[in-house]
Amino acid sequence: MFYREAGDFSTTYAEDQQTFPIKFDRYRYYVVLFIAIVVIPFVVNDYWVNSLLLPFLIYAIAALGLNILVGYCGQVSLGTGGFMAVGAYSCYKFMTGIDIWWGGELLFRLPEFNIFLSVLMGGVMTALVGVLFGLPSLRIKGFYLAVATLAAQFFLVWLFNRVAWFYNYSASGQISAPERGLFGVLITGPSVAPWAAYLFCLFFTVICAYVARNLTRGAAGRKWMAIRDMDIAAEIIGVNPLRAKLTAFAVSSFFIGISGALFFAVYLGAVEVGEAFSITKSFLVLFMIIIGGLGSIFGSFAGAAFLVLLPVALKVVGVDWLGWPTDIVAHLQLVIVGLLIIVFLIAEPHGIAQLWRVAKEKLRLWPFPH
Amino acid sequence: MKDNADSYVTEDGRTIGPVVMEMKNITLRFGGVEAIKDISFDIREGEIRAIIGPNGAGKSSMLNVISGFYVPQEGQVWYQGAPRPPMKPYQVAEQGIARTFQNIALFEGMSVLDNVMTGRLTHMKSGMLAQTFWRGAAEREEVANREVAEKIIDFLEIQAIRKTPVARLPYGLKKRVELARALAAEPSLLLLDEPMAGMNVEEKEDMSRFILDVNDEFGTTIALIEHDMGVVMDLSDRVVVMDYGKKIGDGTPNEVRNNQEVIDAYLGVAHD
Amino acid sequence: MNEQLAFTIEVFLNGLMAGVLYALVALGFVLIYKASGIFNYAQGVMALFAAMTLVGIQNGQVPFAHLINAIFGTDVHKFGWHIHSFLAIILTVFVMIALAWAVQRFVFRHLVGQEPIILFMATIGLAYFLEGIADLMWGSELKALNVCAAEGTCLPQGMNMWLEGTTYEAFGYGFFIDNLDIVASIIAVLLVGGLVMFAQYTKQGRAMRAVADDHQAALSVGVSLNFIWILVWSLAGFVALVAGIMWGAKSGVQFSLSLIALKALPVLMLGGFTSIPGAIVGGLIIGVGEKLFEFLIGAPFLGGATENWFAYMLALLFLVFRPQGLFGEKIIERV
Repeated sequence: MFYREAGDFSTTYAEDQQTFPIKFDRYRYYVVLFIAIVVIPFVVNDYWVNSLLLPFLIYAIAALGLNILVGYCGQVSLGTGGFMAVGAYSCYKFMTGIDIWWGGELLFRLPEFNIFLSVLMGGVMTALVGVLFGLPSLRIKGFYLAVATLAAQFFLVWLFNRVAWFYNYSASGQISAPERGLFGVLITGPSVAPWAAYLFCLFFTVICAYVARNLTRGAAGRKWMAIRDMDIAAEIIGVNPLRAKLTAFAVSSFFIGISGALFFAVYLGAVEVGEAFSITKSFLVLFMIIIGGLGSIFGSFAGAAFLVLLPVALKVVGVDWLGWPTDIVAHLQLVIVGLLIIVFLIAEPHGIAQLWRVAKEKLRLWPFPH
Repeated sequence: MKDNADSYVTEDGRTIGPVVMEMKNITLRFGGVEAIKDISFDIREGEIRAIIGPNGAGKSSMLNVISGFYVPQEGQVWYQGAPRPPMKPYQVAEQGIARTFQNIALFEGMSVLDNVMTGRLTHMKSGMLAQTFWRGAAEREEVANREVAEKIIDFLEIQAIRKTPVARLPYGLKKRVELARALAAEPSLLLLDEPMAGMNVEEKEDMSRFILDVNDEFGTTIALIEHDMGVVMDLSDRVVVMDYGKKIGDGTPNEVRNNQEVIDAYLGVAHD
Repeated sequence: MNEQLAFTIEVFLNGLMAGVLYALVALGFVLIYKASGIFNYAQGVMALFAAMTLVGIQNGQVPFAHLINAIFGTDVHKFGWHIHSFLAIILTVFVMIALAWAVQRFVFRHLVGQEPIILFMATIGLAYFLEGIADLMWGSELKALNVCAAEGTCLPQGMNMWLEGTTYEAFGYGFFIDNLDIVASIIAVLLVGGLVMFAQYTKQGRAMRAVADDHQAALSVGVSLNFIWILVWSLAGFVALVAGIMWGAKSGVQFSLSLIALKALPVLMLGGFTSIPGAIVGGLIIGVGEKLFEFLIGAPFLGGATENWFAYMLALLFLVFRPQGLFGEKIIERV
């Protein structure tokens, strides 16, 4: 009754292809954007930002990236943690100024990049690494590829642990984000205002969602999906598999790198590679896109929100309300996440995105049953 | 015998051009098995060439050789008067060769419209950067190609299902969508692998009409594999007959119909 | 013999024995994959769960003690009895069979016909679930595993001094090989041999191979799919138990035990997912390769700890040249 389409016609193909063809959806989207950009920065406080909003935005970017690779292009990757590490460490090196040596001589020092460029460079470096580790996908498919990406995961974690240049020879092996800001406002470091960190991450999230949407609805997205659905037929009708797969790896890794850079610099402030970017992280992002919905932009957001909220909700219920010890709640988290994965895969393999689509269908007809 | 470069006009007024593709002494082996044994034949521009033969004769393999998916151990494929250098299947597609598949190879994760649009991929040239921004060059190209795709959808009368996910369609409609995808590429050579398989009489009539219309309106050269003799005799200008990887007949439908070897292959011969 | 050579041989032998254990874990994967097309990521956690259950039963722990105490405010921990190892092992086997049945009934029966990637992710979910349940049931602290036949004759610990002495006399260099590794290798070899013979020569083994080839065809000759799948998961569970005992006796039972599954993956990549001999050969190659690389190149030149990733890199390189692994079925693509 209120989710009407009557009278809402598209008269051009451009209109038909827009992201939100139905007016109601479009207005709802604008409202959400408005609240996110204008309202939230004023009402938010440190706790909410730190435990919910920042991780949500940051993981949403990673989920978008992984969804492009796995959901749209069908190349399963378990190396997300390692790639986030590449993003984080690249960002750190650019933030602290890179010295370029050749033959024992210091050629020149790169200046310290500002935080925005450092995060971007985190993405660029990860894209390059992603393409490198994506090369085997031309020969190896399916499971074998998934397991091969574990090579990337373990190797990268080892690399950032072993090669001291990456953590500027610090004794602890940790990297800490120095205080940096943009336009006079601090964004990294211990005394950052929550709204500044939030807006910075929101900016990247919105841009990434925009890029993801545009790429997946055009020729690139179709090439990826063709490879996913039937790679031999795709090649025969004219898709260059090398280019399609490598561009998927590149774009996906770019997003994941940005996510890793933000995770390190803005959210945590300091990381140790073994804890922050282990295979558990790879699984976490993978779970986000499975539960959220493979091959769906909305699903990436839904999955990220779900898996960021869940531990917080469980902790509130288990520890604060029921008074259980934290290790039991931690174990319960594992049980519930595992159970949810299985339940989603059985009941709704297309994830929350599909549930949302079905709900919207029903809403369009409401109050009629069909 | 007509010279390769000559055009000629058929009885019903269609112009059939010079030879556009030629298979010269193709031999294809898989391990110890010879799927195709020293086969040569040609396809003329604008004609409808049927490839027939019992199951396992190597017909689909022949189409795969034309598509570039299989590389023959011996022999060469000549395209437009020159030997075709070794190329990957997607490069063959860029040359203007499109096809359908024996067991439907549609992209089941996408809708009908998206599948037909994948047929346009060889024509869509805007780079990744332009696509990232969408507005401007990428959107214009998308709309232009959408128009072509919609013309094909119109032609094959599948407008009502254009947003339906392909996985949900019945077999006959899937075959039509596959044809739409192949046509969307605006190919100069169209390869059809058993386009009528599993269809009833009405559906076969529809599909035959579409094939004839495609040849008529767009001048597309068509090579098709088909089992239904009635269809073959009615539709095709010339026929190649294969059996156990060898060519046993090559000529007009009438010539081939009366060929003793062909009759033996299809009807079977008592072995002493 | 000169010391460098002797060291190398010692590393090689240790690598062989590690390889046998990897092969054992990999076998569990191959069994399930062959019979049902499911790649069971949870195999490692199953080993952990099996080992924890064994310790729990043996020491008379109350299952879910921590949780019960938290909900009801009680303070129970143990039943007070101590169960003999053999009986505990048999009871654990029953638990693993029950687990196999439950997994088949509640998870994979509902996922028949889904794409392999969905099935794989379901097993990842299963791994998380089982890990949480195992921690809730038996507690997540490190436990010692002592499998004993009778008072005083437990699984041997420590270096084998006999071997050390003998080789010292023969070669001038004493090889240090861990007793437990030797016992584990022998048991693993026996188990692998037993499984291979089971698959080849018994009626159930043949039925299992039929199911692995073609579900429909197996059904049409009267093989019960459910029975075979429960059988296969139980076998995998048993293999997991043995692996869990071996690894657990060596380094204690705790979470890191489940990571041995991650070690089995490169073994499978090398050997092919569907091949039992592949799992064995792959395991040995990875075991030896990993230890030799670390010894010859990793420790001296690369700062050590290369064992974390070397197996994967090796398998990756292999796969680039042979995408189906050493013994896997060649993937023939047709259109």
